[in-house]
Amino acid sequence: MINITTNDGNPVEPFLRSDRMPHIWCPGCGIGTTVNSFAHALIDSKIDLKTVALVSGIGCTGRVAGYVKLDSFHTTHGRAIPFATGLKLANPKLNVVVYSGDGDLSAIGGNHLIHAARRNLDLKVICVNNLVYAMTGGQTAPTTPDHAITSTSPYGQCEPAFNLPHLVEAAGAVYVARWTTFHVRQLARSIGEAFQKKGFSFIEVISPCPTLYQRRNKMGDGLDTMKYYKEKSKVKHGAPTSEIGLTMNGEIIVGKFVDRDRPDYQSLLHAQMVESLGDRYVEQDDFEPQESCACS
Amino acid sequence: MEFCPTKVLALSSAFNSKGYHPPHVVEPEKCSGCDLCGMYCPDFAIYGQRIAEPKPAAKPKPEAGHES
Amino acid sequence: MKADPRGVLTGTHFLDGDHACCEGALAAGCRFAAGYPITPSTEVVERFASRVPTVGGSFIQMEDELAASITLQGAVWGGAKAFTVTSGPGFSLMMEHIGYAAMTETPCVFVDVQRGGPSTGLPTLPAQGDMMQARWGSHGDYEVIALCPNSPQECFDLTVKAFNLAEEFRVPVMFMMDEVVGHMTEKVVIPPADAIEVLPRRHTQKSFDEYLPYGTNGNQVPEIAHAGEGYGFHVTGLTHDERGYPSMTPQTQDKLVRRLQTKIRDAADRITLLEEDGIAGADVVVVSYGITSRVAQRAIELARAQGLKIGKLRLITCWPFPEERVRAIAQSVKAFVVPELNLGQMVREVERVAGRHARTYAVPHAGGSVHHPEDILKTIVEASR
Repeated sequence: MINITTNDGNPVEPFLRSDRMPHIWCPGCGIGTTVNSFAHALIDSKIDLKTVALVSGIGCTGRVAGYVKLDSFHTTHGRAIPFATGLKLANPKLNVVVYSGDGDLSAIGGNHLIHAARRNLDLKVICVNNLVYAMTGGQTAPTTPDHAITSTSPYGQCEPAFNLPHLVEAAGAVYVARWTTFHVRQLARSIGEAFQKKGFSFIEVISPCPTLYQRRNKMGDGLDTMKYYKEKSKVKHGAPTSEIGLTMNGEIIVGKFVDRDRPDYQSLLHAQMVESLGDRYVEQDDFEPQESCACS
Repeated sequence: MEFCPTKVLALSSAFNSKGYHPPHVVEPEKCSGCDLCGMYCPDFAIYGQRIAEPKPAAKPKPEAGHES
Repeated sequence: MKADPRGVLTGTHFLDGDHACCEGALAAGCRFAAGYPITPSTEVVERFASRVPTVGGSFIQMEDELAASITLQGAVWGGAKAFTVTSGPGFSLMMEHIGYAAMTETPCVFVDVQRGGPSTGLPTLPAQGDMMQARWGSHGDYEVIALCPNSPQECFDLTVKAFNLAEEFRVPVMFMMDEVVGHMTEKVVIPPADAIEVLPRRHTQKSFDEYLPYGTNGNQVPEIAHAGEGYGFHVTGLTHDERGYPSMTPQTQDKLVRRLQTKIRDAADRITLLEEDGIAGADVVVVSYGITSRVAQRAIELARAQGLKIGKLRLITCWPFPEERVRAIAQSVKAFVVPELNLGQMVREVERVAGRHARTYAVPHAGGSVHHPEDILKTIVEASR
């Protein structure tokens, strides 16, 4: 049952499946911190939790679905966004959040990412970017910075990395922001803003993977990485997304880069149908649960 | 502990059930109620709580996590 | 429950199999489809795209089959009845998500209008080469139901049945058409809505605290809840326990995967649909399905005209394979003849089940056209010796 009771306990506790704690994430991992920000955003936005559905893919970040006390779906690798699309189209009243990792969303899921942004589907995508495929042992991802060492690029990565905010802005997203796990309050605020926005919202959160990425690249532990985020990040709201690519030890430009208005997919669909069909257009029913059938 | 602006927390010498030294509250009177500890903790083990007393205080859970 | 009249195009029509399948889906209460164009199946969703906005639902053409095959499942969890449509190459792409539907027990229908394969093969010509894939295409142990229509009328009737079976057993149902059945135009009678039985979603009546997403209490099929109702459930493709939580132990694996299998196998008698004729006293039984069954019908008539005692067994349900019936028939006949538009797929099942009790003769065909009745007749005569 989802409810928030005001009690003396941890305010984040009602959002967590406490019967599954402790979680599987490593010491120093930032995913738990992002979930904290997410929970605070839910509290502050006073959103009806019944209407929030969370969809994740596969990977360390994908495990978020299993720890939040919401209608949550742990789907297949790269396909959280199309699943979320189906959920939203069948029940437009849902607030559908896609919570997944950089490899899941931009590599195997890349096609779905750009099409969902193009369509401007009303989805809130939280992309935790730890610069590798963490769960499977720290392989190169499309976001791994130049020269970084990973398990599949033992001599240093040489492919140019994706600049995710730039990619999704070009594809059509209406809200694009980037923070790190150091920016807990700003992240919570961004998530709250995304909930208010109708259309495709994308929030990238740079996060440490001390067990794999940081260790292999001799960048210290989770705490060292947080200090690095603190020192090297620069808040530049509205910065052109083409200029905010990440490098191995360089600056991290954070902030809210895109906040624009475009009609979302469902508004466009509705308008088109009304224009073409007029009276013949029948809006989709609410799919109310019918009486359970009495078959064995 | 690193992020507490008023240095309320320190590593305890005790072990918790996962084999780590959890942070514990050493100077509660210095807590400013900012809840940064609560927001940063990736294990959901600590949170700030305002109590009806002259000053707010930080209140960590007895152990950082427990077996389900 | 009776069908919603808004989706039922009652009347006598002249439709091809693809179009009839779409009408069957609408009659069954399907209000969501996610598709991707692929010959020879595209007409199903083209018609759906044109019909559904006037009935109250939606269609989205996704960017690939990988997306389509899981978008429909998201819609199911959002409350809709949903399906997708494809052919060989798309069917291969959808395999991971067919497995996901089986594992998460998502009721849905996958239509495969089979064409020549492998790979790009013969996009506009028939084959029946995906039959084994329908059963075994995804990884791991799971069980599906597969139906094979042999006429546009059956494309309507059996699509309704497919949706009902999906809801009853919370399983993905494979609707195995072929290019000829899909593109042949025949009379299709669509009855009035109150003559069509439609199974509603097996939605739980339990309270939030009592409900276990994968709890079965005696019945093998759990009750479902939809997102947005307040249950706060979790669904995962990982091996899970009754709460839906990942539980990666051999014990949970055994319990879960066996139940996925037994929920179908134990109900085989309710699921199995066969058309039989002249089995009693037959020396040879011709086992066929889909378009091949219509050619086989001709071959059987020619054989009977020669005085041979030939029985007919048409598989309408191909999976689960009707083991019990075939084994029973094997006790009293000399041989089975199994013509298929492939180089031997369902014939392996017949042979396995018939064992030493009867001989099994395949009449393979690499695809691209249907058999000549004479090819099947030749083998029937040989089997009768």
